[in-house]
Amino acid sequence: MSGTMTLAQPRIRIPRQARAGEVIEIRTLMEHPMESGIRGRNLTAVPRDALVRLLVRMNGETVFAADLGNGTAANPYHVFFVRMQRTSEFEFLWTDERGRSARANARVAVA
Amino acid sequence: MTGTRRAALLLGLCAVAPGAARASEAPEVEQAIAAITGDRPVEEGGLTLRLPALAENGAQVPIGVLVDSPMTAQEHVVAIHLFATRNPTPGVATFHLSPALGRAEVQTRIRLAEDQRVVALAVLSDGRIRRAAAETRVATGGCLT
Repeated sequence: MSGTMTLAQPRIRIPRQARAGEVIEIRTLMEHPMESGIRGRNLTAVPRDALVRLLVRMNGETVFAADLGNGTAANPYHVFFVRMQRTSEFEFLWTDERGRSARANARVAVA
Repeated sequence: MTGTRRAALLLGLCAVAPGAARASEAPEVEQAIAAITGDRPVEEGGLTLRLPALAENGAQVPIGVLVDSPMTAQEHVVAIHLFATRNPTPGVATFHLSPALGRAEVQTRIRLAEDQRVVALAVLSDGRIRRAAAETRVATGGCLT
């Protein structure tokens, strides 16, 4: 599996521009096996390898976060909605159980 | 649908009526839910859980949660918790929301091992808790064998 390799490059779908007050849709997809280690009812059948957290900051402030459990599917996909007031910098950060992380950034201009 | 099955379903619905003793889940699910609700009352309504009635592939089941909330600094959703009641481990995810989100809505994809009920809890900024549940049938289980 991903073993000691680095995490994949996240994919973000976010509009580049928005009107002030507009609610924009943000979609994120992170390639990852999300190996729970579970096979059938055996909870420790194979080594675990899972992302545990997605953190989204807008202009440095956390606006959305997800704690990911075993029930989150492989290649975690999330959609959420942010109200835009001004031109903003977004930062997306995924962290796995061993502390490795993957990051993505985006800028949304508000006219 | 037979009359007795319909009656059983109706009984099932009655069991999740507000305030009534609802259909109890497995002990570890009840425990996980109680860890969030504590002794606070849990409301029904104001929370929509979208889940397909039949999931072809249990490894990737689309799910959407929408909470009826103005998402203002005074009144917003703080967290949404998802539980798969018949997975080997019930925890699916916890989402932490902020008033910067224009809408209290999150969509994701989950794993479901078998036919089951998915439970969502929404924690509001004033401490109130809402609950919703949805049943789905799973054609191919999402856990590897």
